[in-house]
Amino acid sequence: MKRMRLPLIALAAAGALALSACASGDTPGAEETTAPEVEAVEFEEGTTMAALADAGTITIGTKFDQPLFGLMGPSGTPEGFDVEIGKIIASELGISEDKIEWKEAVSANREPFIQNGEVDIVIATYTINDKRKEVVSFAGPYYMAGQSILVLADNDDIESEDDLVGQPVCSVTGSTPAAKLAEIGAEPVLTDTYSNCLEPLRNGTVVAVSTDNVILAGLAAQNEGEFKVVGKPFTEEPYGIGLALEDTEFRMWINDVLEKAYEDGRYEEAWNKTAGTVLPFVEPPAPDRY
Amino acid sequence: MEQLWSLMPIFFEGFRVTLLLLVVSGVLALVLGTVIAAMRISPVPALRGFAAVWTEIARNTPLTLVFFFTAFVLPMLGVRAPYILLAFIALTYYTSPFVAEALRSGINGVPIGQAEAARSIGLGFGQTVSLVVLPQAFRMTIPPLINVFIALTKNTSVAGGFFVVELFATTRQLANDNGNIVIPILLTAAVLYLVITVPLGFVAARLEKRWVVKR
Amino acid sequence: MTGTSVLFDAPGPRARRVSLILSIVSLVAILGLVVWVGMLLAAPRESGGITLPGMFDPSRWNIFADPQVWTSIGRGVVATLQAAAVAAVGAIILGIVFSLMRSSSIAWVRIPTAWLLEFLRGMPVLLMMLFILLVASTGAFWAVVIALVLYNGTLIGEILRAGLAALPRGQREAALSVGMREFQSKMLVEFPQAFRQMLPIIVAQLVVLLKDTSLGYIVGYNEIIRNNMNNLGSFYGNRYMFSLFAVTLVIYLVINLTLSWFARWLSRRTASGGGRKRKTADPMNPAALLEAEARADEADRAAANRGLGKYDGTGR
Repeated sequence: MKRMRLPLIALAAAGALALSACASGDTPGAEETTAPEVEAVEFEEGTTMAALADAGTITIGTKFDQPLFGLMGPSGTPEGFDVEIGKIIASELGISEDKIEWKEAVSANREPFIQNGEVDIVIATYTINDKRKEVVSFAGPYYMAGQSILVLADNDDIESEDDLVGQPVCSVTGSTPAAKLAEIGAEPVLTDTYSNCLEPLRNGTVVAVSTDNVILAGLAAQNEGEFKVVGKPFTEEPYGIGLALEDTEFRMWINDVLEKAYEDGRYEEAWNKTAGTVLPFVEPPAPDRY
Repeated sequence: MEQLWSLMPIFFEGFRVTLLLLVVSGVLALVLGTVIAAMRISPVPALRGFAAVWTEIARNTPLTLVFFFTAFVLPMLGVRAPYILLAFIALTYYTSPFVAEALRSGINGVPIGQAEAARSIGLGFGQTVSLVVLPQAFRMTIPPLINVFIALTKNTSVAGGFFVVELFATTRQLANDNGNIVIPILLTAAVLYLVITVPLGFVAARLEKRWVVKR
Repeated sequence: MTGTSVLFDAPGPRARRVSLILSIVSLVAILGLVVWVGMLLAAPRESGGITLPGMFDPSRWNIFADPQVWTSIGRGVVATLQAAAVAAVGAIILGIVFSLMRSSSIAWVRIPTAWLLEFLRGMPVLLMMLFILLVASTGAFWAVVIALVLYNGTLIGEILRAGLAALPRGQREAALSVGMREFQSKMLVEFPQAFRQMLPIIVAQLVVLLKDTSLGYIVGYNEIIRNNMNNLGSFYGNRYMFSLFAVTLVIYLVINLTLSWFARWLSRRTASGGGRKRKTADPMNPAALLEAEARADEADRAAANRGLGKYDGTGR
């Protein structure tokens, strides 16, 4: 039938686009610069480390929209402190930087990603807590953040979390800081990205933005002079590396890698390259081997 | 199971906000859509053109961008309103062209003799439309309108990213706080949405069935 | 509706003058509004003790001079189009399957399918995407695509069912009478015609599908909006939020308007001339689908009652 040709052509074009989709896969393009050489390492048979080293690639879940920790710029690969930690772990497995597959771990899907094996580890400003420990296990913590407050630079009324009670405060949907705000009696105003919180702060609809202090510092640095971080962190948010619940060997091995990186300066180097441009370096917390 | 049950009050709060968004935006969209539809068939070319452009742009903007505009750009222009009002504006704007199109098809379904008869006894445009055409068109418009409201129910979930804590935002918050029962939480949210949309769908199908035969 | 001129008298000189004045006044008013909005946005603002430049200040637009930014934006556009294309193909295939199942003569196929379709139509696409991502561990792209395929597959299935019902009965009877089986008749004779008939409405639904890819942000799929507003926005900072928004809006309007016009053009081209003068309904109209569905239900029921096929051994 002649008249079928047009729709058939349309379908064929769609199919061609589809095939190209399958070919290009999930993650956008790899780095163009040559990655530093890593040495091949030997592991015990049957461990996750051996499997990953043999495969020559590791899938790491991280954030793509957290300033200083995991940020996806136009280059196509994420940058940030979490990303650097991931690179350190990968290099210990004999996997070079450009062989790491980065997947975006939005807050809601971190546990299911690990449970389904979608990613091997998650390094995504992932706070360790007991409820999560029921379904995934954590290596680390590798950084101790704390929830803090961001206000306009000329606002001297807010000095600590007590001043937030009964006030509207902005945070991100589905985050631990948002739950904490409700707990202390502030009115949470929620949105999808931290960057979105700045506009309500600017026009006075909310009095403050509250989340982990490192993210706030990143936001303040991006908007010089307009905002400031106030008060001391009023919670403890230990950032951990999430992995499969039963994989104790892998977890202990990652803890070993972390301790090694603390000692030989790679941790400090990673910090100075990323978050250290805005925040002072602090001694890392000891890994919790539970 | 216990854990999920203890979260139900929070779910219902989100459900309440979703219902609020649905009802208020629905009513406002009905009003605005009727105005736009009337403008489409009016004798003034300027109004016809305006309505046509409004419909085209509104139908081709993704809802997320509409929300960006109302939640961020409007306050920049000095519109100081609580975010739920801005959400009403966004949803109303986005739904109005669909309402207008549904009304237009209803109006097109009214036999032309009705309009001719009305004109022949001397009724003007406004009177013809409001006294003769619209009442008959309305009956035929209800089923497609209900479909538009079903779509609106689902669209309220986008408001969750823009400072309105409705059912979907509540779901995401609960899923984060209770990382061990993420799937049951999502299922509960799905059921709550279906509680609204499935009955509406049945009503629409039944009404359409009844009136198709009559046509 | 040719009756628009029925609703009011042909405008006389006075009415035309009033109409002209009204047009000019409204045009001036709209232009004035646009200029006023532009001026408000361009004004510098005080915030936190410092002065921020206006929205049209070059410092807010300088990132667009960087070709890498445009490459990234291009990646977002490609991601959107890829998801839409794959989902479109899948939705059409699933639509064919669903319409076959829905009009099956076997009750225990037809009725559960009807319930399944109601369920799929009633769930928000956002929730479906999140659910598929978390339960089936498919990755962001396939979560988006599968959710879109399921949702739009149901709608296209209904459209095709309506198209089948609108066909002259003689087509199916002729196919059966030359010895084709039920399934062959459907695939070789009825579906191709139904497809052509309903093509404008189907294409209109595919335009909606494209818009819905923007919901992929929830599973982290880097389509246009997420790529521009979340990723680039977080990377370059809040300063560029408005400019990124403006660029994103323009891109989306261009893509969607092009597709909508294509749908309308297609509707005009494939409108069956033939003997019957059919009202070329605007395919973008949501009511068209519902009406078609109802007629399909009617026809199905009528055909079943007529006992068509009871005597030819193949059953219906």
